[in-house]
Amino acid sequence: MMKELQSLAAAQGLVVAFAVIGGVMALSYLLSKRLTFGRIHGSAIAILLGLVLAWIGGVVTGGSKGLADIPMLAGLGVLGGAMLRDFAIVATAFEVDPDKARRAGVLGVISIGLGTLIPFVVGGATAWALGYRDTVSVTTIGAGAITYIVGPVTGAALGASSAVMALSIATGVLKAILVMVGTPFAARAMGLDNPRSAMAYGGLMGTVSGVTGGLAATDPALVPYGALTATFHTGVGCLLGPSVLYLAVKALLGS
Amino acid sequence: MTIFGVALLAACTLLGAWLGDLLGVALHVKSNVGGVGIAMILLILARVWLQGRGALSHPMKLGVEFWASLYIPIVVAMASTQNVAGAVKGGPVVVTAAVGSVVLCWGAMALISRLGRPRIEAPDAEAAHVLAGDPD
Repeated sequence: MMKELQSLAAAQGLVVAFAVIGGVMALSYLLSKRLTFGRIHGSAIAILLGLVLAWIGGVVTGGSKGLADIPMLAGLGVLGGAMLRDFAIVATAFEVDPDKARRAGVLGVISIGLGTLIPFVVGGATAWALGYRDTVSVTTIGAGAITYIVGPVTGAALGASSAVMALSIATGVLKAILVMVGTPFAARAMGLDNPRSAMAYGGLMGTVSGVTGGLAATDPALVPYGALTATFHTGVGCLLGPSVLYLAVKALLGS
Repeated sequence: MTIFGVALLAACTLLGAWLGDLLGVALHVKSNVGGVGIAMILLILARVWLQGRGALSHPMKLGVEFWASLYIPIVVAMASTQNVAGAVKGGPVVVTAAVGSVVLCWGAMALISRLGRPRIEAPDAEAAHVLAGDPD
C-alpha cells in the first residue's frame, strides 16, 4: 500500500505540493490566531514553518533541497521553483494602480530608494564583516535584507549557492517578522498615523507581509497605503538587485 | 476568459525574462538583469492599456489575481526547499542584517514623516486583500 502511495505522490508531485502547502498555511493561520492572537501574521509563521521543515528535510536526507529531497515531496521543488515563483511575483504587479502610486510623488520615490539602499548596505556589510567575501553572496544577503522576495530573486539571477539563498531568505523573513511585531510599538515615535506616512512606511520597509501585518496591528485603515508602496518596493528591488546593486558591489569588492 | 489573464501574465513574464536576458548580455552580466521587475512594469502597462480600452473583463482579472494571491504559499514552498541546514551556522549574519536594517529604516521613517504633510486620497483596499491572499 505504501508503494502505491509513493508512486502516486511521485506522479502527482505538484498536486501533493498544493495539498502540503495548503496544510502548512492552515496550521500557520491557526497558530497566528490562537497562539499570537493575530499579532504575528499567518504568512510569516508559514514561511518560518517552511524554513523549519526545510531544515528538517536537510538534516534527515543530507541533501541541499530541503523537503524536496524527500521523494514523496519532490513536487515542492516545482511549486517553490523559479518558474512559478517568478510567475506569481509578476502577477502581484497587477494590483498596482500607477495613478495612485504617482500621487505619492517624491516621498514615495525617496522612501522606496532609501528602503532599498539602507537594508542592502546593512545586509551586505554584515555579510562581508562575518566572512562572506564574494560579490554574489554579499549581494544576495544584502538583497535578502530588502525583502525575502528580492533576496532569492537576486540570488537566483546571480547563481548564488543554496546555503546563501537560505541565509538571504531567513534575513528577509526575520525582517518581516520584526516589522510585523514591532510596528505597533514604534508607530507613534515614527509619526505613523496617516495615509501619507503609511505610504512612506511601505516604501521604506518593503516587505508586503511585514508592512500589511504591522499596519493591521497599528491601524487597519492604513494597510492599503503601505501595501501599495511595498508592492512597488519589491519590484524595484528585483530590478536593482541583480543589476545596479550587484555591479556596485562588484566595483567595490573588485571581483 | 480566465485563460486570457493567465496568458497575459505568461506573456509579460516571458517577455520580461527575455528582455532581462538581453539586458544582461548588454551589461556584460552573466545573468538575467531585472527580468522580473521588467515583467512587472509590462504587466502594469498592459493593465493600464486594457482598462483604457475597456477590455479588462472580470474573468481576465481573475486569471492574473489568482496567481497574485498564491504568491505567499509559493514563497512558503520555496522556503521549504531551501538549504536551511547549510545556512544554520550563519546565524549571526541573519540576526545582525535583519535587526540592523529594521532599526535603521525606522530611524529614516521617523525623519521622513516629519517632512511636510500633504493629504492623499484612499486607494482601493481590494489590492492589498488580493495580494495578501488572506482568508479574512
